[in-house]
Amino acid sequence: MTEVEYHPKHELIREERFPHVWCPGCGLGIELQCYLNALEKSGIPQNNHVLVSGIGCTARIPGYANLDTYHTTHGRGLPFATGMKIANPDLKVTVISGDGDLFNIGGNHFIHAARRNMDLLVICSNNFNYGMTGGQHGSTTPLTSKSASTPYGNIEPTFNLPYIASALGASYVARWTVMHPRQLTKSIRTAMDVKGFAFIEVLSPCPPNFGKFNGFKDGFEEMEFYRKSSVVQNDAKLEDISIDPFHGKDIVLGDFVNRKRASYITLEHELIDRIRGGGQ
Amino acid sequence: MIKEPKISENQREIWREPVNFGRFAVPKGEIHIFPERCKECNYCTNYCPNQVLERSPEVNVYGYHPVRVREDKKDSCVACGMCQSICPDFAIFVKEVKIQ
Ligand SMILES: Cc1ncc(C[n+]2csc(CCOP(=O)(O)OP(=O)(O)O)c2C)c(N)n1
Ligand code: SF4
Ligand code: SF4
Ligand code: SF4
Ligand SMILES: [Mg+2]
Repeated sequence: MTEVEYHPKHELIREERFPHVWCPGCGLGIELQCYLNALEKSGIPQNNHVLVSGIGCTARIPGYANLDTYHTTHGRGLPFATGMKIANPDLKVTVISGDGDLFNIGGNHFIHAARRNMDLLVICSNNFNYGMTGGQHGSTTPLTSKSASTPYGNIEPTFNLPYIASALGASYVARWTVMHPRQLTKSIRTAMDVKGFAFIEVLSPCPPNFGKFNGFKDGFEEMEFYRKSSVVQNDAKLEDISIDPFHGKDIVLGDFVNRKRASYITLEHELIDRIRGGGQ
Repeated sequence: MIKEPKISENQREIWREPVNFGRFAVPKGEIHIFPERCKECNYCTNYCPNQVLERSPEVNVYGYHPVRVREDKKDSCVACGMCQSICPDFAIFVKEVKIQ
């Protein structure tokens, strides 16, 4: 008699939905596992964690987490999560979505959520392209790299996500890759305790699109490329860390910013208390 | 130094750190594989520090060759947890075996 065997993360995943939809070598499953490891260590009950996404391959991550999860419309994970956090501040709300979702169609929402220092954890999976729709370029595509829509190489400057998040006032900013599961888990765990806007960029291979267009034979070659091009520098000057790996520039990783700045929920509750107490 | 919070059995297996390495026995691991979930990305075979894993000649229902433990490396797993953390498909995990 053989017993049914479960993965150690059984309680936290919807195991009946596996194998998941992602391609061989796609990094998104590693990202999911790191998030769940951090969640386990957070000490916050599973019932209080909520996971929200927009649209894209990354945005399918919540569908595999055994939590209250919301798969919203394209680019709109942040306003949805903002509303939920304001309505129930006891929730630990995490938004996990792709580079295209959070910074292209949803870029304006990102700017304002970070400006407000809204109490949300935002994990952006950056695979440098629109994975789900066949690998078109966007604001995160590195210079001269190829994609379905830049067959001769990308001529547009690339968004530097940690620099943007920090300039807007985020309380916490980090960048890791899925090749650094332990550091990424620690970073997510730390960010779960942050008051205000916490932003983590996670570089992740997309073998059939970004990988294939740029000459990587498979996911492993792409992983190795990111591993070899990466350096950890927590005190990096953020304006210098744009991603440009095809011209010999190192990819800088680290926990860059962790500062105390009044968060939206704190200010809102102070305001409510003041007015209820008869103040102006 | 910041102390890690208390963690579950499985977690301990994953994040084991070689403290006072010489004074303790090298840990041993038992590998569990879900062959129907493996997509043959070869991350675990490449990143296992002891080359314990290999692609098997068998084919699963989705047409992939799932990984298996190498016959000559049956006792070489040190329960480091790398294969488990780097597997995007939740297709492999390790249990630490108690050494008396
Ligand atoms: C309003 C709207 N416009 C366009 C699309 C098509 N669409 C689906 S996913 C996607 C891009 C997602 O890219 P990203 O956020 O980087 O996710 P990835 O798939 O790379 O993880 C686009 C443009 C859509 N679903 N809805
Ligand atoms: S297209 Fe890219 S991002 Fe989407 S599942 Fe495949 S590898 Fe992952
Ligand atoms: S636990 Fe470590 S040593 Fe054992 S098979 Fe996995 S990667 Fe190899
Ligand atoms: S990492 Fe997972 S999916 Fe990839 S080859 Fe190993 S067991 Fe299979
Ligand atoms: Mg993308």
